[in-house]
Amino acid sequence: MRLVAENLTLERGGRRLIAGLSFAIAAGEALIVTGPNGAGKSSLLRGLAGLLPFSGGRARLEGDAAALTMAEQTHYLGHADSLKGALTARENLRFWAALLGGGALSEIDALRRLGLPHVADFPVQALSAGQKRRVGLARLLVAARPLWLIDEPTTALDAGAQELFAEAMRQHLSGGGLIVAATHAPLGLESARTIRLAGGAPV
Amino acid sequence: MKPLLALFVREWRVARRIGGGASVGAVFFLILVAIMPFALGPDLRLLARLGPAILWIAALLSTLLGLDRLFQADSEDGSLDLYGHAAPPLEAIVLVKCAAHWTVSILPLIVVTPLFGLMLAMDARPLGLTTLTLLAGTPALTMIGAIGAALTASLRRGGLLMAVLVLPLAIPALIFGVAAASGGDAGFATPFAALAAISLFSIATAPFACAAAIRLARE
Repeated sequence: MRLVAENLTLERGGRRLIAGLSFAIAAGEALIVTGPNGAGKSSLLRGLAGLLPFSGGRARLEGDAAALTMAEQTHYLGHADSLKGALTARENLRFWAALLGGGALSEIDALRRLGLPHVADFPVQALSAGQKRRVGLARLLVAARPLWLIDEPTTALDAGAQELFAEAMRQHLSGGGLIVAATHAPLGLESARTIRLAGGAPV
Repeated sequence: MKPLLALFVREWRVARRIGGGASVGAVFFLILVAIMPFALGPDLRLLARLGPAILWIAALLSTLLGLDRLFQADSEDGSLDLYGHAAPPLEAIVLVKCAAHWTVSILPLIVVTPLFGLMLAMDARPLGLTTLTLLAGTPALTMIGAIGAALTASLRRGGLLMAVLVLPLAIPALIFGVAAASGGDAGFATPFAALAAISLFSIATAPFACAAAIRLARE
């Protein structure tokens, strides 16, 4: 499976953020998008997730599961965690597993991988910001989808949780997954390629 | 079907736990009905005659009360983005959310309508007819309201704007609902059939309008 982006152009609010960006990543590879604030990292990820239209170019997934659309093979994790505060961590994850297809870890196993099995039955609104983020990250593990588009995944995480998530990402890659991550902080992915957006044209 | 069932269950749980989706709507409905006699005076014949109209207006306002958060909460926590990545189409997701909202917030209103109507000195027959017309007409109010909710999903204080957008669109349902319930010149069957048609039409078309509005709002 490959993610191929050709000549992507993205405009937001009258500014051209990205012009003529092309890249391709294969199964097991990660791409890290860096750049100053406002350079278009989040917009690029939202575009790849199908939430923003590109004004030029296109991105597609090539590979075996041609019957599924790109959206159905994609996990998107934005700045918000997509959790309902009134529900427990387990209920939130069970819902997303059912809606996004499941076929991966159980809710409690996913939480265990991120070091949070003890909060499974707490309402999410009672958790700290870092714990919420970890429950949000656990969503990536409860539904099996090859392409992860993750935006600042390690915000609010402590060092131990960052290492746990890096391990989860490495396992995803070794299982043939693809990752595109926008970040300022190092993610612990040694093999990842990096592109730098400079707010205008890619350098 | 399983993903949509999971969505229905989640909507139910959130509405029940957040305190009061259902009960606040019913209490608001009660207050609206209860203040009417203070405004209109103690003339029981007048109250009984206006009863169906009062109950319908109160039901319309109570329906709108809970609807403004229908998509706004999902927009704030990011769920709205992810619905586009699920296997069921966004239109089906919208319809399931509306169905969950109707059963958890509107159905209790209809159940208590015969009770509240007694405060307006209504007889058994108009009470029964009003309850029946609300049962047939509130799906239309919910679906029309959902369009307003989808259009204002990304606005911070969209509730009032939503009411302004939605109330004029609810007029046809209001006309036929009150006409059927008060059994005027047109009788019951004709306006009731028109009301049911409005509901069915809204259920069939509103999800597409909501989904289009949500897709626009994501950008």
